[in-house]
Amino acid sequence: MVRSTRKQVRRPKIARHARGAAGGRRSPNVLVLVATRKGAWLYHGDVSRRSWRVDGPHFLGHIVSHVVLDPRDGRTLLAAAKTGHLGPTVFRSTDLGRTWKEAVRPPAFTKAPGGEKGRVVDHTFWLTPCHENEPEAWYAGTSPQGLFRSNDGGMVWEGLPGLNDNPQYRAWMGSEQDGTPDGPKLHSVIVDPRDSAHLYIAMSSGGVHESFDAGRSWAPLVQGLEVVENLDPANIQFHDPHCVRLSPRDPDRLYQQNHCGIYRLDRPAKEWRRVGRNMPKRVGDIGFPMVVHPRDADTVWVFPMDGTTVWPRTSPDGVPAVYMTRDGGERWRRLDSGLPERQAWWTVKRQAMTADTGNPVGLYFGTTSGELWTSRDEGNRWTCIARNLPEIYAVEAAELR
Amino acid sequence: MKVLIPGPLLSYTTLREVDAIGGTLTELFVDLDRRYPGLRFRLVDEQEKMRPHMRCFVNGEQVFDMMRPLHPTDSVHIVQALSGG
Repeated sequence: MVRSTRKQVRRPKIARHARGAAGGRRSPNVLVLVATRKGAWLYHGDVSRRSWRVDGPHFLGHIVSHVVLDPRDGRTLLAAAKTGHLGPTVFRSTDLGRTWKEAVRPPAFTKAPGGEKGRVVDHTFWLTPCHENEPEAWYAGTSPQGLFRSNDGGMVWEGLPGLNDNPQYRAWMGSEQDGTPDGPKLHSVIVDPRDSAHLYIAMSSGGVHESFDAGRSWAPLVQGLEVVENLDPANIQFHDPHCVRLSPRDPDRLYQQNHCGIYRLDRPAKEWRRVGRNMPKRVGDIGFPMVVHPRDADTVWVFPMDGTTVWPRTSPDGVPAVYMTRDGGERWRRLDSGLPERQAWWTVKRQAMTADTGNPVGLYFGTTSGELWTSRDEGNRWTCIARNLPEIYAVEAAELR
Repeated sequence: MKVLIPGPLLSYTTLREVDAIGGTLTELFVDLDRRYPGLRFRLVDEQEKMRPHMRCFVNGEQVFDMMRPLHPTDSVHIVQALSGG
């Protein structure tokens, strides 16, 4: 059930991590942040995650790529936005969306010397809070590929020259034609929860890369990954990771949904293993999003799409389904109860599927056709909680404190 | 000089027509940004070029050169191009 609030929402109550009769941890109040091609919507859930109150649209008419709640304070939101005509910017709210303040200096590349063609940020695509010991600090990934950092809560952004101005990396990023249909992107900015200087990033195209010095230097991490047939996997430019996630339970465990399959990596090893080979052949292992269980490194969810022939990028056969593994990718199980059984030709983009930390875990995904789906039982049963939204680009589940 | 502001930028100026100064378009946009922080980057990218879907007219003439000289009596119209979706 969704209730609509036309005016701005009141400040939600602080969630209590109440304990149920059986002593298990109940879910906190979940805030689902939905970024779309025409604005952003916030869905406030009750403790049971059955009832949702919608707050939006925010930034109606803006192309919003990502909205993220800062888990370090539980109330600051950052939103990456642009319009079809106006340049890209970042907005910040410290009152859960009641008011927004625009960045003083949004992510922007260095001005090129006279006579040279410089790069221009088309849009900020990805937002990641830095380490919990670095309050107010954020990373942003852009299209075309660039990595930026703010140390003041998203007001002033500076590029990381170790990546943005590195000639080798510029070559690996390729041209504007070497990315996704709406531009090449830097995404999946991951901070190791044990070490603020240990970072991962991914680029479409441009591969997965790792830094041990807070982004001053980088090294490719693409061994074992496949590329499109007839291309050379030794060429970093040909690698197209769609979404990389780290297990909160075991930060040495990484999963990746790639243009060419589903992979797993257990550090310190450097070679990815294509666990998507174990998916049903008729479904394949192509898709965009990747979601890892907050407390179980062996449990992940993916949303396969049709990556055959001309790459329709729709649900295979028009029958959408989530697939889950409980053993790190050895076996996969189809989870489609409640989802359309026929003629549903949408899919889910790389940022548009996520999990909360409830018990059982709640899952959320938004579709290219503007539907918001949720499961309160780790994917066994799905419910649509919003329809007729614009194309959904990103979905994040945050917990209010 | 008088500067006509397009609808998408009214969230910055609140006014359809504003006053600003500058000897060139570059200087004019710097002054507009001083008066209405954030406006300039929505119009002009980090390489000092007008964004692809924005247009600027001076006394009715479409101008692409950001160093185009301006006079205090000029009338500047900023418009969004006929594009979108």
